[in-house]
Amino acid sequence: MIRLRVSHLTRYDYTDAVSLCHSIVHLKPRQCPHQRCLSSTLRISPGPAVNREHEDFFSNRVNYFSIQQSHNVLEVTAVSEVEVSAPSLPEAAETPAWEVARDCLHQRRKPAMNAALVFTLASPLVPLNVAAREYAALSFTRGRPILEAADDFMARIFHEFAYDPQFSSISTPVAEVMAHRRGVCQDFAHLAIAGLRGLGLAARYVSGYLETLPPPGQVKLQGSDASHAWFSLLIPDLGWVDFDPTNNLIPGEQHITTAVGRDYQDVTPMRGIFYGGGAHDLTVAVDVNRVLE
Amino acid sequence: MSVPNLAAALARPGLIDDYVPIPGCFDEMRPAQGQVRPQWRYVLESLRTLGPAGIAERGREAARMFRDNGVTYNLNGDPQGMSRPWELDLLPLLIRSEEWAELERGLMQRAELFNQILLDLYGPRELINRGLLPAELIDGYREYLFPCHGLEVARRRPLVNYAADLTRMPDGAWRVISDRTQSPLGAGYALENRVVLSRVMPSLFRDSHVHRQAGFFRAMRRTMTRLSPGRDGHARVVVLNPGPQSEGYFEHAYLANYLGYTLVQGGDLSVRDGALWLRTLGRLERIDAMLRRIDGSACDPLELSEDSNLGVPGLVEAVRAGNLVVANALGSGVLEHPGLMAFLPEACRHLLGEELLLRDIATWWCGEPKARAFVLENLDILAIKQAGKPPGQRGVFPASLEPHAREALIASIQAAPHRFVAQERIKPSTAPVLIGQRLEPRPITLRTFLCAEDEGYTVLPGGLGRVALTDDALLVGNQLGGLGKDAWVLASEPERQESLLVSGENQSPTVIQENEVSSRVADNLFWIGRYAERAEGLVRLLRMIIFKLSERIDVDTVPPAQVYLRSLLEALTQQTQSFPGFLGEGAEERLRDPLPELLSLIADPRRLGGLPQTLQALGNAAYSVRERLSVDTWRIVSDIESRLGALTSNPPTQPSQALDELDPLVTSLVAFSGLTQENMTRNEGWHFLETGRRLERGAALTALLRSTLTPLAPEQDETTLIEAVLGVTDSIITYRRRYHVGTRVGALLDLVLQDEGNPRALAYQLVALERLVTEMPKGELAVGRSLTQKLVLKTLTRVRLAELDTLVQPDPQSHRRLVLEQFLEELEADLAAISDALTAQYFRHEEQPHSLLRRIGVVK
Repeated sequence: MIRLRVSHLTRYDYTDAVSLCHSIVHLKPRQCPHQRCLSSTLRISPGPAVNREHEDFFSNRVNYFSIQQSHNVLEVTAVSEVEVSAPSLPEAAETPAWEVARDCLHQRRKPAMNAALVFTLASPLVPLNVAAREYAALSFTRGRPILEAADDFMARIFHEFAYDPQFSSISTPVAEVMAHRRGVCQDFAHLAIAGLRGLGLAARYVSGYLETLPPPGQVKLQGSDASHAWFSLLIPDLGWVDFDPTNNLIPGEQHITTAVGRDYQDVTPMRGIFYGGGAHDLTVAVDVNRVLE
Repeated sequence: MSVPNLAAALARPGLIDDYVPIPGCFDEMRPAQGQVRPQWRYVLESLRTLGPAGIAERGREAARMFRDNGVTYNLNGDPQGMSRPWELDLLPLLIRSEEWAELERGLMQRAELFNQILLDLYGPRELINRGLLPAELIDGYREYLFPCHGLEVARRRPLVNYAADLTRMPDGAWRVISDRTQSPLGAGYALENRVVLSRVMPSLFRDSHVHRQAGFFRAMRRTMTRLSPGRDGHARVVVLNPGPQSEGYFEHAYLANYLGYTLVQGGDLSVRDGALWLRTLGRLERIDAMLRRIDGSACDPLELSEDSNLGVPGLVEAVRAGNLVVANALGSGVLEHPGLMAFLPEACRHLLGEELLLRDIATWWCGEPKARAFVLENLDILAIKQAGKPPGQRGVFPASLEPHAREALIASIQAAPHRFVAQERIKPSTAPVLIGQRLEPRPITLRTFLCAEDEGYTVLPGGLGRVALTDDALLVGNQLGGLGKDAWVLASEPERQESLLVSGENQSPTVIQENEVSSRVADNLFWIGRYAERAEGLVRLLRMIIFKLSERIDVDTVPPAQVYLRSLLEALTQQTQSFPGFLGEGAEERLRDPLPELLSLIADPRRLGGLPQTLQALGNAAYSVRERLSVDTWRIVSDIESRLGALTSNPPTQPSQALDELDPLVTSLVAFSGLTQENMTRNEGWHFLETGRRLERGAALTALLRSTLTPLAPEQDETTLIEAVLGVTDSIITYRRRYHVGTRVGALLDLVLQDEGNPRALAYQLVALERLVTEMPKGELAVGRSLTQKLVLKTLTRVRLAELDTLVQPDPQSHRRLVLEQFLEELEADLAAISDALTAQYFRHEEQPHSLLRRIGVVK
């Protein structure tokens, strides 16, 4: 069990004053089987006229706020403390064949499976791309144990796709990521989800943070961490199991989950509509640190 | 409406014998074998009594009423859509009371069922978790709005308004073709059909004991009030619509007006403090409830479709916070997925514990393997619909497709089966319609309307009948164009006369509250005032010029382009801003033969600043605020539009012809001004219209005086010019009465510049403006005079203090009245500044909303 503290600052500098701004943020960590959120606060400057929290369709914590005073700078800081632990997974080779998982979903007998069907469908940013399905099918061979297949799939993405922050735009279509074999964590997650859904499996998008460790002997730089994204696969009897294809590992004690959804669009950390403002500059700083008890 | 033929047909003996129902179809009037159904006898008999001439007359009357009331239907993608008139068959569809009662029960059950389904889908989702509804069908459909899951629904009524399109099977049983749960359109057209038909056929209508409709609309008002978050039972309701270009704009405006609600667009609204506000002049007005006439997904760019500019950012949160009720609830559009029909019987048993009373035409959802296999094997006897396609492009018949298109369809079904739905090809019921010389059976569908009540639902008696112009009623689908039919439910007992305005019971207020004037509406009214005045002034000037031109042609001895004529032509170019015209390059040539340029300004719709464009601009502005204009005013607008149509489609080639066209236009424009004076309440809206008119009249007069009086002219010319100015300003009689001795520039200026008692004088306009701007709303913190007020005062003072003797002095060197010229130029600038100040104070719309760059650093 590890205790992590994350601080996520988002700052907009506008050239002209903004008279009114509405915003929806997914910044407070949700509860998960392997994560407990101990505390989470949201600091908004200038002070919002309205600030409310609700739970969305996917049981994420969502905050809506609106700022009604004229401002040139908007600063939102989320500070949270969570306890995370690594999941205990069975031997990959002993998990059921992936087709069993698929059929279990589509039999329409178990409410829990029916409820997960939403994650088998195309979603706004994850169309059912044929190339992605075929790419996934190379790992999901006939009768292969599902955990083993998923591990292999994750590893192939890690080895065969280049991590390239220059390539990705706000949301690079899955087809483009497939064609160029490059992207960032968000793109890898989307592509993996497209492949798994193409096979009839339930896969979802996870947005959160990753603790980075400085090279041995060096001091960790402030603001050097970042928001992160990975995917999750539904395995009957086991539940949702996370995979981080960007780092080729199963998230454990370094990952903090903020929100889950069908794709990035459901869990965008911060979105907003503002009146006025002109051009703007965006600054983001994330720090993840261990809290010693 | 080709009614004369109907008369001829009815006059023939054996008319009914000639009417042969389509084999295998249910006919509303006559079974395949046998006599006309009893309920039709009286209507047919009445038409026969009316006689050919009488029926022709009623037909014209109905057409005229639709035209005068501006009842139009705007078909998607049709550039002429705005002026497409609504058409109505004089023969109503007749339904017996007992039969209707049964249908009503089925419809009410269906509405209740849909309401429950919505509560479930946006709540516990038991239907999906228990496997009664496939997740693919709901969650894969773009109108299932995830952000709206878990929203509190006022009084558990997400479905407030509902409509179902019906037809009948060959055995006479009613079947549902499609459901409208998003924001059902058509009740307003049904109401208008009824209003017109009952006026055109008063005695037939009275004697037939038809179920009335006003009760339904009262229920709508009651329900909106009841659903609104409790604030003294005084709900402020807006009707959110996409604007004048939209499909059903007529109806949005008509219903808003009928219900006494404010018609708004997204830009008129703003969310603050977690509540919805209407931006009116200088203040914000809290809104309790919204009748939405746009898709749910387009309502909030913050949480829903972010590329929509029809909605209001933050709207979903206002609903979430319980500060606003939206009807129908956001997300209700999901029920329009045609595949849902295949699952209704099961859902009905589960949710209501009842059997579904009103059945759908047989439907297969291709997302189910078994259904898909059946559909692919039986393609040619089915109609295929695709969920999420725009209205009108939904259905195809595989049997009539080219082989490659058929293959492509099969491939798309296999690729994304959950998007496709198949329905049996039914033989829709028919009703008598006149085609050519005969009464013929035509496929017909009936759109029925329901509204939530305290308990259950109420049904609009009858509904909107639609005659399918193609033979396939399945494809009539969504759009409302085509030929309409009123539907009469024949009561066994005579019904009380009722309407919303005069209500015997205390169920709704007898006087509908004045609704708020938004900045956009005020802006439009201001421009209606300006354009109406501009058009009138322009027509008067054109008429005067042509008149003078004709005199010249008659005499034929005078040299071309005398000074007076030149001045008038220059004034025309100036006033219409149609340079070069008679002022710039090529002016000399045009002055020698001014007729082509004149005729072009009169009739060419492409000429910027010309008469057709000015009238068109007036029509557009009027259309944008049509719910604010009285029926009579709207009739004049229609009248002006039809004159405009005649003018541009058949442009005059001779001066005399042009005069024939211009004379009645002046009359219409004067009538328009008169009606806005007499028939509009003196509210904020009227103030803006009147301000526009006064400002325009002042500006036009100033420009006219500058063009005509600044250059010095020979005495004879000057006299003619003064006469012309008096003619254009309609001041000749006053002038003659007041100044007996000839005509002089000084006297003219006295009358049209400084006389505060002459409604055509500049001073009069300024005095009126001063009063108008003083009475306009001001911000609560405003102290002293506004900029607009100061500018008006300054201009008025300038006019009052002007020394006419000095003004008329000519400058011997330049042969111009330089002092006058400068004075008038300054006045023109002043008037323009007043207009700008008003715009900045009242019409400046808030900045456009932008989306934050949504990407937050995505790094490993």
